[in-house]
Amino acid sequence: MLWGGGVLGLMVLIAVAAPWLGTVDPQLIDPAARNAMPWTQGEITAEASESVPFTFRFGTDSLGRDVYSRTLYGARVSLIIGAAVTTLAIALGLIVGLLAGSIGWFDAIVMRVLDGLMAIPPILLALALVALWGSGLWTVILAIAIPEFPRVVRLVRAVTLTLSAEPYVQAAMALGVPLSRRLWRHILPGTLPALIVQGSYIAASAILIEAILSFLGIGIPPEIPTWGNIMAQGRTLFRVFPHNILFPGLFLSLTILAINVMGDGLRDELDPRLARAI
Amino acid sequence: MPGFIFRRLLATIPVLVMVAIIVFSMLRLTPGDPAAIIAGDSASPGQLEAIRTQLGLDQPILTQFLIWSGNLLRGDLGRSFFFKTDVTTLIGQRLEPTLSLALLTMAITLAVSIPLGVIAASRQGSLTDRLIMGFAVMGFSVPVFVIGYALIYLFAVELKWLPVQGYADLADGLWPWLERLILPSLTLSVIYIALIARIARTSVLEVLGQDHVRTARAKGVSRTGVLVHHALRNAAIPIVTVIGLGVGLLIGGVVVTESVFNIPGLGRLTVDAVLSRDFPTIQAIVLLFSVVYVLINLVVDISYVFLDPRIRY
Repeated sequence: MLWGGGVLGLMVLIAVAAPWLGTVDPQLIDPAARNAMPWTQGEITAEASESVPFTFRFGTDSLGRDVYSRTLYGARVSLIIGAAVTTLAIALGLIVGLLAGSIGWFDAIVMRVLDGLMAIPPILLALALVALWGSGLWTVILAIAIPEFPRVVRLVRAVTLTLSAEPYVQAAMALGVPLSRRLWRHILPGTLPALIVQGSYIAASAILIEAILSFLGIGIPPEIPTWGNIMAQGRTLFRVFPHNILFPGLFLSLTILAINVMGDGLRDELDPRLARAI
Repeated sequence: MPGFIFRRLLATIPVLVMVAIIVFSMLRLTPGDPAAIIAGDSASPGQLEAIRTQLGLDQPILTQFLIWSGNLLRGDLGRSFFFKTDVTTLIGQRLEPTLSLALLTMAITLAVSIPLGVIAASRQGSLTDRLIMGFAVMGFSVPVFVIGYALIYLFAVELKWLPVQGYADLADGLWPWLERLILPSLTLSVIYIALIARIARTSVLEVLGQDHVRTARAKGVSRTGVLVHHALRNAAIPIVTVIGLGVGLLIGGVVVTESVFNIPGLGRLTVDAVLSRDFPTIQAIVLLFSVVYVLINLVVDISYVFLDPRIRY
């Protein structure tokens, strides 16, 4: 769990500090430096200025963009998407789950809808939604959050049902504490351990699905550097220049691994009985 | 028993109806003219009018849904304006590669993951156990396409043992077919193996701690005998459950794997349809895969009765 958190912390640091880590503009196209191998010494020509010597640590892509800079800046988009999808899915799932766990007729309707939603494989649902809404940062976030949030609802609903039967909640009800206050004061805190664990798995899954969408050419617009986009760009010339896939793939795998390891650690700390949701 | 199977079958109907409602409303809840979205950018006003009449777009939404689901039940999934053919025909053409890939992946997964899980459980805490579980966490974290390209680079580009990409029909010979499927199904099976090895280990460990296992060992049943006859048998239900749930992952993986290996199956069709915003095809594929997913989990549910004679519904 410690090294998981450490690696994730490092990625956050890289994402924040990307401009100061020897990078150039990740969108800068230098036609003279196309398809350079990693560690090539070359020079890069910024717009309207003379060429400066530059080492292409991870090589360049077929348009002559520096893969090192793109990979480092790519951490930003991946982490933002991970955080945004997790926040959205948890917020939505929490509200719906709390209400479903306490209002009978609402529960009956919501659970039927969620059964249908969960029967659609997540990546397919995300693909269909992006196709419908068009690609962009916000549509991608929403399209990934929708297949993820039913699991949060189920979790929160289960905890709400269990806790509502506890004497302290029953006592609050008998004292006439209104539903909203009961949910906020007595039930919500009880859902937090499970939500923290679930949240880490959602973040890992969101980063993965974004990379898949971008890799397939359906996610974030291609000029924005994301790990999936860099790999999508490198697909055609992969056999000759594997670095376009290797480096972003390494960063992506390491980040997801770190979050998953952290999630497993959190689960063991917070609730050993909590089974890993699939 | 038949009564139980019948009741389980009935219970899946509301889920399938809900999937149909979701898929139907995806298009209707999106701003814009559904006919224009279905027909794509190149449609003539005449074509648009024909779609409107066919789908009953001038009628109330409930009637529209009934028309749509009526067509569905008759096997009419609509017409793809991008591929210029019926969606049913289109899906039929793409079925073989995907089915081949999925079945081979399933075979590899079952052959590898369950022994891995059992071995890890029987040597809990050992180096072998930690290596296997380390692989399981990694397998769960490395994206399918990264694994795919790593395998292509190693076995096809560097070692030249296997073809890089493509698909050959089974009708053209067993080896050309198998040869091109080895890398894709290995790629796709990694995440699935990771998932099932993990659950196999946990469930076998749980059984190994129970009294009847100790009794079996005490009366002289060998270690392997206990693992296979006592532990694995009792661990079967959670394992089979996760195999069923994992099909959701498998379907997502098919889409990516077919794109990496250039296999002309349903996954590749999904991506092509999404890129060309071909909605009749997208809707049909989402429906088809969801129905398959639900039905496989139905089979899993029914299999409980056979796996555990104590279960009586």
